Amino acid sequence: MTTADDAVSPAAVTSGLFARPTKTTGWKSWLTTIDHKKIAILYGSTALVFFVIAGLEALLIRWQLMGPDGTVMSAKVYNQMFTMHGTTMVFLVGMPMAVAFGNYFLPLMIGARDVAFPRINMLGYWIFLFGGIFMYSSFLWSSAPDGGWFGYAPLTSQPIALGALPGHGPDFWTVGLIFMGIGSVTSALNFIVTVLNMRAPGMTLLRMPVFVWMIFIIAFLTLFAMPPVTAALIQVYMDRNFGTNFFNSAQGADPLLYQHLFWLFGHPEVYILILPGMGIVSEILPVFSRKPLFGYRVVIFSGIAIGFVGWGVWAHHMYATGLGPAALTGFGVATMAIGVPTGVKIFNWLGTVWGGAVRLTTAMLFSLGFIAMFTLGGLSGVMHSIVPSNAQQTDTYFIVAHFHYVLFGGLIFAFFGGFYYWWPKMFGHMLGEKLGKINFWLMLIGFNLTFGPMHLVGLRGMPRRTYTYGKGYGWEALNQLESLGAVVIAVSVLLFVINIAVSAKKRVPAGNDPWDGRTLEWTITSPPPEHNFDVIPEVHDFDDFWHKKYTEDEDGRLVKLTVPEAPSKPHGHIHMPSPSYWPCVLALGLPIMGYGFVFKAWWILGVGVAVLMVGMTAWAIEPHTAEENH
Amino acid sequence: MSTTVVTAEDEEVPVIDPDHSHTNTGVSHVKLAMWAFLSSECMFFGAFISTYLIYRGRDTLRLADAGIVIEDVFDIPFTSATSFILLMSSLTMVLALAAIQRGDMRQLRIWIAATALFGLTFISGQVYEFTNFYREGIRLQTGLFGPTFYVMTGLHGAHVTVGIFWLLQLYYRSLQGKLGQEHSEAVEIAGLYWHFVDIVWIVIFTVIYLVPYN
Repeated sequence: MTTADDAVSPAAVTSGLFARPTKTTGWKSWLTTIDHKKIAILYGSTALVFFVIAGLEALLIRWQLMGPDGTVMSAKVYNQMFTMHGTTMVFLVGMPMAVAFGNYFLPLMIGARDVAFPRINMLGYWIFLFGGIFMYSSFLWSSAPDGGWFGYAPLTSQPIALGALPGHGPDFWTVGLIFMGIGSVTSALNFIVTVLNMRAPGMTLLRMPVFVWMIFIIAFLTLFAMPPVTAALIQVYMDRNFGTNFFNSAQGADPLLYQHLFWLFGHPEVYILILPGMGIVSEILPVFSRKPLFGYRVVIFSGIAIGFVGWGVWAHHMYATGLGPAALTGFGVATMAIGVPTGVKIFNWLGTVWGGAVRLTTAMLFSLGFIAMFTLGGLSGVMHSIVPSNAQQTDTYFIVAHFHYVLFGGLIFAFFGGFYYWWPKMFGHMLGEKLGKINFWLMLIGFNLTFGPMHLVGLRGMPRRTYTYGKGYGWEALNQLESLGAVVIAVSVLLFVINIAVSAKKRVPAGNDPWDGRTLEWTITSPPPEHNFDVIPEVHDFDDFWHKKYTEDEDGRLVKLTVPEAPSKPHGHIHMPSPSYWPCVLALGLPIMGYGFVFKAWWILGVGVAVLMVGMTAWAIEPHTAEENH
Repeated sequence: MSTTVVTAEDEEVPVIDPDHSHTNTGVSHVKLAMWAFLSSECMFFGAFISTYLIYRGRDTLRLADAGIVIEDVFDIPFTSATSFILLMSSLTMVLALAAIQRGDMRQLRIWIAATALFGLTFISGQVYEFTNFYREGIRLQTGLFGPTFYVMTGLHGAHVTVGIFWLLQLYYRSLQGKLGQEHSEAVEIAGLYWHFVDIVWIVIFTVIYLVPYN
């Protein structure tokens, strides 16, 4: 792409402090890129690093709990480990990895050349990266967050002087999450506008791939779920640092309000995490079954139903708080009800595979693993929805087992499926299948070894979040098994990393369409050119690319068509927006402000605000070759 | 907004960002994003307004012990006046939009300046009110009214302030001659934000000042 540079008039090349970045290769280009595919790779690789960090934290936790009366770490460090493990997996792995897949494939799948706001897209990445670094920098002050990923007030909101949680842990946590919430909202806005406004001709909403739909739905969930938790975090921060009384029961406040605000975010958040996984699996299963997705519309509408009902179930995280029978009944029924669209999807996936010409590639294995593991997690979820049963299970390892089955067995399996499925498209070469299959089986075995026994120790009464347990409760053997499983998972992740390196060295070329795919991203080269499509495709059907490749004879057998060569010459120049430094500068202001807030050092806050303003102003006056935004 | 760029060869070609006239919805990206963003903001203020409503009146007795009766501290005629001014700023915002749409740049600047000035008056009123409350003994740490009131109205005030800076930026662009009739949507989008902030104030004003504390 040289055309992008041609369009920059001489006046536009310099703006403010820096010369306008124009390079599209080299390490510098990654700092300033606004290409949605490069941003996606940044999101994905950063999230992978955080995945490894969270995994190391989990290994430390399992080391501590391997036997009774563990002495690997103190209670405080243990609290930091499980808090950071949860916070990292939710905010620094689950959400950004979904954004990574969404960023890369959503525009490709709807036939667009980029997202609606390329520079805001990059801003979202920088906020995520800096937010993550900011939160982890708390370790430098031995002040890592230690109030749990849910950060319940009044534990987290008590003034520092009272010493409930000494150090700045909760402050790093609240401020970091507020910033990352801003980042998530920017990417949600981007996805919503991209889907609504930038679909290729003929790509109606009900022809969009399921993955696009799921990202579209979680964008709305993110948009509405982040503000309540932001409000709650602001209140916690104010209580802790300025002695306000939002959650101070001595002044008549109701600490339960925090739980309501948090779970009003927290439950939709669960769907924000799992729906992209469902979307990825819904792409993989049809391709490797050589059948269209069974009940496409039902899957879409089930996703929408989950998106709506997901707002009415938050209090099932609060059954034990004494909400009263009316509320408990209502939320119990709603929670059982949300199992229905979820169950419907599972049958749709099974119906897709049923009778198909199944190819057991690694991606397919992970998807099948997803269905099985997610179903197990869903079943224990239905158990939790029953209020009296929940009273027995709450705050035990049974809950830990449940949400790891849906989030690890569900989401992470789907992500790995997505890696193996889309790697060839992203990097132009295949990921090794042989290592991949070992990767899958080790992960499946390790996962079940780790989290399966948690059901049992949970039912035997082992509480969550305690850093040691005594001898003789019948928990020892199961805990050893769990720790062994954790090591197996670690080995499988290590194999994945090795696979990445080995495959990059071997470079088995992928070609445009290695899997005989069904959606638009397989119509273009791997990796795609910067402008994605030489000619914007015209879409006539759901699974359009498939219908261009195959038709059916009278007996319903597939007949291969000769695919007409796509016209490769674009009409005239394709202008892509130029790279920019300013999203990075703007985002850099936030963590600086964050330190100001955490340490109540107002001059640092001032510096942060100044950096933010410089970034914003320069951004506003910087001419861009294409889109107009503020 | 410009849908084309002029290349070195002076030929007009469509830009990559699908021209706003060709978006699937017919609504430009920025306007659509603004609507979505405002829906998100509804949840944000909704959380604070809910907090206020839940805690409302719970600390009346405690405050009375400290010699504070909230309704006596309120100066409702004064706050009504500043609220009225804020509402009128929505009118001037509409007039500004109408001016740029018919290409009257002088009127545009007058109404933008008026809107910003009205907003500034409202903020000054808020500063005055905060000082007054503080003198009456209501601190950020006073009971439940103090924190809920100051944080909610403070965050609203911050939103108005952002709006004022936004308007000033439009004014500056107009002075430089960079805000032509074809950029009317920039004013429209600032207006969307401005009206939203006004509407939020109507709700906040109602729950704080109009509904009686028993």
